[in-house]
Amino acid sequence: MNTVALGWDRTLIELKQYIREKESVFFSFTFPILLLILFATIFSGQFADAGPGMSAARFFLPGMISAGVLLTSFQTMAMSVATERDDGTLKRLRSTPMPPAAYFLGKVGLVLITSLAQLAVLLAVARLAYDVALPADAGRWWTLAWVFVLGIFGGVVLGIAWSSLATARSAGAVVIAPVLVLQFISGVYFQFTSIPHWLQSIASVFPLKWVAQGMRSVFLPEAMASEEMAGSWELGRTALVLGAWAVAGLVICLTTFRWYKRGTT
Amino acid sequence: MTAISMRRLRKTYGEKKAVDGIDLDIETGEIFAILGPNGAGKTTTVEILEGFRARDKGQGEVAVLGQDPARPDRAWRNRIGIVLQTTSGLDLLTPREILTSTAKAYSTPRSVDDVITAVGLEEKADQRIAGLSGGQRRRVDVGLGIIGRPELLFLDEPTTGFDPQARRDFWELIRSLKDEGTTIVLTTHYLDEAEALADRVGVIAAGRLLALDTPAGLGGRESAEAVVSWEDEAGTRHTVTTATPTAEVSRLAALHDGREVPGLQVIRPSLEDVYLSLIAPHIVAETEASS
Ligand SMILES: Nc1ncnc2c1ncn2[C@@H]1O[C@H](COP(=O)(O)OP(=O)(O)O)[C@@H](O)[C@H]1O
Ligand SMILES: [Mg+2]
Repeated sequence: MNTVALGWDRTLIELKQYIREKESVFFSFTFPILLLILFATIFSGQFADAGPGMSAARFFLPGMISAGVLLTSFQTMAMSVATERDDGTLKRLRSTPMPPAAYFLGKVGLVLITSLAQLAVLLAVARLAYDVALPADAGRWWTLAWVFVLGIFGGVVLGIAWSSLATARSAGAVVIAPVLVLQFISGVYFQFTSIPHWLQSIASVFPLKWVAQGMRSVFLPEAMASEEMAGSWELGRTALVLGAWAVAGLVICLTTFRWYKRGTT
Repeated sequence: MTAISMRRLRKTYGEKKAVDGIDLDIETGEIFAILGPNGAGKTTTVEILEGFRARDKGQGEVAVLGQDPARPDRAWRNRIGIVLQTTSGLDLLTPREILTSTAKAYSTPRSVDDVITAVGLEEKADQRIAGLSGGQRRRVDVGLGIIGRPELLFLDEPTTGFDPQARRDFWELIRSLKDEGTTIVLTTHYLDEAEALADRVGVIAAGRLLALDTPAGLGGRESAEAVVSWEDEAGTRHTVTTATPTAEVSRLAALHDGREVPGLQVIRPSLEDVYLSLIAPHIVAETEASS
């Protein structure tokens, strides 16, 4: 079989394992969806007089989509690659004639399918349960697409790179800690500008803040751009930062990737 | 034909000489057992041959199926099957799923059903591997090792955790692979396994090859004197040490007019006796070194 066909077969194997691991389904796939429902319910009162078309669900939707991007790409990758390196899955795959690229294609396939499914569920819940208006113009859908793809791609390569810092035993702590901190300082769970200024500056270095800002530009009213740090959506800069992280992540990933557990060669 | 050849194979970890200059040729089509105590260097040796570990730089020569395993490529991997000493990470899949997927990487794989039957997993083929016993998981590993129809199969302590029946079944499987022409290299610390399976045995300890022979010939066992013993009418045991045990037994038979000789035994040094005396100095050295 050629590399692409093997990559697709790996995608199916990855999907089977992902779905059968209840914890991963809950903490990476379901979590943002549950949070959206929770936040939309808890904070609905605060948005009672926010004006027509504005609601808690609409306010939190961009943040939950961004959290989902981080969880399904970065978290899934970092955790699974660290575990597979330690438990010998990578070594076993290397013992076969499967080209290495097929392994990575399988991972990318898994992340693409789970993250798109998650996005679809988030949009469906927002639209059907909370009556959130989805973007009407092609421009916003296009922004959604490129922010999403750049975010996912960066998450995949940075997740693979990050996995080298973890072992199967430490993966939980080593991966979840930065994921949690990033979510809190990047304006995923509350308004970014309500975070202290120095923390905003730190968050601006990392991709999640830009994914969240890009998503807000897609789902929030144009007038709310003035509430952003720079007073605008900064889409050009978003593309630049996300693109730079994607390239940097790919380079780190290619130069540091290890197939074998430390101390076994 | 030589399937594997190594000259002055060395691997050092810091001060530790895990493999300390091994010279060895393994012939195409033979079952070769690497026998040695824990820490002898079996896994290190085999994993160098499998292309997973780098031997010491600038030292010795190794060829596996005519190629240096330090530079493995797809075509070479396609001809080799590997059962690692420890594997995990397949818990969420079924034997059939992982075998089917792995088969796709090879150019002429065996049929998944044949492999499931060969390793005796018919009843567990569609159950999650998480629910399998240690021995059953090991059969999955063996199945993954042979799914690609390898010319050369490495097995690192394949039967650890097997019950006696499973071990016999495994031996049958290995013999049938040999009959198909597969070259088999297996490490073990079970003497009966080496004796039952191997065409030749290499005993290693402390990274050195101490002996290389057929299981029967190891340590001059074939030519060693045998001990013949029997009981007389009074129940007293007699023993004779002789280089011609057959003659001694004929003499006893004649003496008893063709009736059974009571308590007759002919004992040669067992593989275990030979093995233990071979590795004994190294076991002592090992304990002293670590204390
Ligand atoms: N990756 C490693 N790092 C350091 N020492 C190692 C490593 N692998 C093996 N060794 C040492 O080399 C020796 C041989 O080990 P190994 O090949 O695993 O033996 P065996 O498989 O015969 O039990 C042991 O003393 C072991 O501690
Ligand atoms: Mg070993």
